[in-house]
Amino acid sequence: MTFARKLACIIVLAVCATSLAANWLAPAGYAKQFREAPSAPPSRQHLLGTDEIGRDRFARVLYGTRISLLLAPAAALVSTALAAVVGGLAGYLGGIWLRMARGFTDLFLSLPWLFLLITVRALMPLNVAPVVSVLITFFILGLLGWAASARVLSTSADALRNSDFVLQARASGLHGARLFVVHVLPNLKPVLYAQFWISIPVFILSEANLGILGLGVAEPLPSWGSLLRELEGLISFREEPWRLAPLVLLIVVMTSFQMLLSNEEVPA
Amino acid sequence: MIGRRSFLLLLRCFTLLCVALTALAALAQNGGELRFCLRSEPKTFDPLLVDDDSSLSIRYLTGGVLVRVNRHTQELEPGLAESWKVSNDGTVITFKLRRGISFSDGSPFSPEDVAFTMHRLMDPALHSSTGDAFRSGSGALTTKITAPDQISIIFPAPIAGMERLFDQVAIMSAHSPKKEAAVLGPFMVAEYKAGSSVLLRRNPNYWKKDSQGRRLPYLDSIRLDIQSNRDVEMLRFKRGELDLINVIDSDYFDRLAAGSPGLAHDAGPSLDSDFMWFNEVTNAPIPEYKRAWFRSTNFRRAISQAINRDDLSRVVFGGHAQPAVGPVSAANKFWFNSQLKAEPYRPDAAMQRLKADGFHLQSGALFDKGGNPVEFSIVTNAGSKPRERMAVMIQEDLGKLGIKVNVVTLDFPSLIERISQNFNYEAAVLGFRNDDLDPNGQMNIWLSSAENHAWNPLQKSPETAWEAEIDRLMRMQASAADLKKRKESFDRVQEIVAEQAPFIYLVNPNALSAVSKSVEGADPGILSPQTFWNAERLTLNPTTRASR
Repeated sequence: MTFARKLACIIVLAVCATSLAANWLAPAGYAKQFREAPSAPPSRQHLLGTDEIGRDRFARVLYGTRISLLLAPAAALVSTALAAVVGGLAGYLGGIWLRMARGFTDLFLSLPWLFLLITVRALMPLNVAPVVSVLITFFILGLLGWAASARVLSTSADALRNSDFVLQARASGLHGARLFVVHVLPNLKPVLYAQFWISIPVFILSEANLGILGLGVAEPLPSWGSLLRELEGLISFREEPWRLAPLVLLIVVMTSFQMLLSNEEVPA
Repeated sequence: MIGRRSFLLLLRCFTLLCVALTALAALAQNGGELRFCLRSEPKTFDPLLVDDDSSLSIRYLTGGVLVRVNRHTQELEPGLAESWKVSNDGTVITFKLRRGISFSDGSPFSPEDVAFTMHRLMDPALHSSTGDAFRSGSGALTTKITAPDQISIIFPAPIAGMERLFDQVAIMSAHSPKKEAAVLGPFMVAEYKAGSSVLLRRNPNYWKKDSQGRRLPYLDSIRLDIQSNRDVEMLRFKRGELDLINVIDSDYFDRLAAGSPGLAHDAGPSLDSDFMWFNEVTNAPIPEYKRAWFRSTNFRRAISQAINRDDLSRVVFGGHAQPAVGPVSAANKFWFNSQLKAEPYRPDAAMQRLKADGFHLQSGALFDKGGNPVEFSIVTNAGSKPRERMAVMIQEDLGKLGIKVNVVTLDFPSLIERISQNFNYEAAVLGFRNDDLDPNGQMNIWLSSAENHAWNPLQKSPETAWEAEIDRLMRMQASAADLKKRKESFDRVQEIVAEQAPFIYLVNPNALSAVSKSVEGADPGILSPQTFWNAERLTLNPTTRASR
């Protein structure tokens, strides 16, 4: 493991650990409104100041990080599982199944996903608790984000289907689901892991996009997307640099993820 | 002793200096290009079809009107008409027109142009929203030219306060081949680059002169850049590339005021209001027990009393808003019912009202008499930060009464579909942008049969006694010619609204704007267009501008 990857790994783990300790590090909580001190600068009581309605920004960054970092992998898991089923099986079965799956995947990829997300989000029931809204948001992201991974997996499975060892297994009388589970799926694992890890930053950014539009996680729960909305109207970085904390954190975590994934191997 | 040559040299220098100073003064007084932004593409240049903000701005700057509402005093002033008279029955208005006026293309202005404009405006095929305000009853409008400078406009039924409506009617030429490009206002459209800018040049034939007899406007041109991004607009203003911003949010205002005090202007409470309401529609897809809460006056008043409006004004708007009283802002000098006060923050009184309706607290949560926990969602439009923040603060205020509120932000089309098509919502926070001082502009809100009667629209007959009373009073004020009687009726409407709280009024945001120091003569007000309502008298100071 290179130094850069070690450093990236430490950063991601440190950010995860800090966000998990939010209850102890920021006891004021993310929703409490200190109405006497809206938009306050950093102080001993509020390390990153307060937002426009007086909520402690440090607490919101920690809780927002927890939500984004915990639920993005969950969404990635959903999308990778879907991709494995659609792409893996289509590649393994080949022929018309493969062509149909690729056609369907291409069609799905061509949809304007942001509008699709907004539409699906608007159709959701209104009276749901903020925590449920978070789960719904990321579950939707997971459900809609499988297509690119499925395309990659179908190609890999197609290659495996025609490989020597699969042919030999077939010649030995192994067929159907058993052949898929025993020989094909274990060899798809590296690709699955890679797709899983690559999807995480994509979902974090997707949620941030929705949040910037005001359509992400419901108030008062914070997420990186909703925190980034605070930057609207910030004309000069020098005016209130502490407001850039969520952006800096997002950049650091995304860069760390890229450093983890960009080398010759993925953490499989 | 100064020699003759030296004296002549001095004299020449003095003369040159005088000429230069005069030229500089003239420059300061005349000419120059004012620059500001339109937030969207103008949808039309036809003054009779205007219904978007950008087109409204262009119509204001280019259109000549018979009478003009002074944006500062809120009084009517003569425009193309020297005087006017409304008949006792409120169906006829007679204008005495100014003589010797020409359109920007040189064609003469006459009563025929007024008749042409009014007939075109009222043509049902045109679908003019400006014309809708004049539709008073069945039958067609007629016009009668009684003298070369006099015209009577006869409506089929009385229209209360009709003279003020003419502030919105830009007179078009009946004969000019240039059609809407021939204007009577201070400026005319010279160039339009779609998606980029609109250039207005001074109308050389504009009729108005200043007190010293100089022809207005002073400016040579106005460049309107089309820019929807408010961050970019503010950045350009700060760089000196723009001379004014007509409307700014409180966040921008405070930052601008902190960095460059004197550029930010707070004209006080505007006519706009933000409010909340509950869904009371009979066949709305919401549980019956919730509909019963929402239809209870005690429940609505309790919610109103539990909201801390002072905090909303101070926190969300940085103090640049006032707690709202009712349908009319205190800024509307004549129509505001000064007997009414904003609902004070009284959570104890709110709880008493709820208890009177059978609500009770249990482990910190509020339950109705049927044992249902009190929980509802508030929808608002995504992208409006003040409304989102107000909804979150209301969520916390109501949480103190044990009420669980879920805040949902929706994209605007989805929101409109829910509140006006399928009625699949429980409560909403939205705003009402009001440019019309007269209560007739609110008929489409208060009549129970109206589409914008948001809490329960399109009723075949009023479902409650107080809605029937509001219907009666609104119709009465709309048909009465006596201003005092109209005021009495509308005062009572405001009282009923305060008693019943179908809309829970939250705040009246202040009219905030930014004007560069290089613009002289600006007097930002609360009525639209806030900063350039006196554009014909604005001047640019080249020295200040260069220093920026």
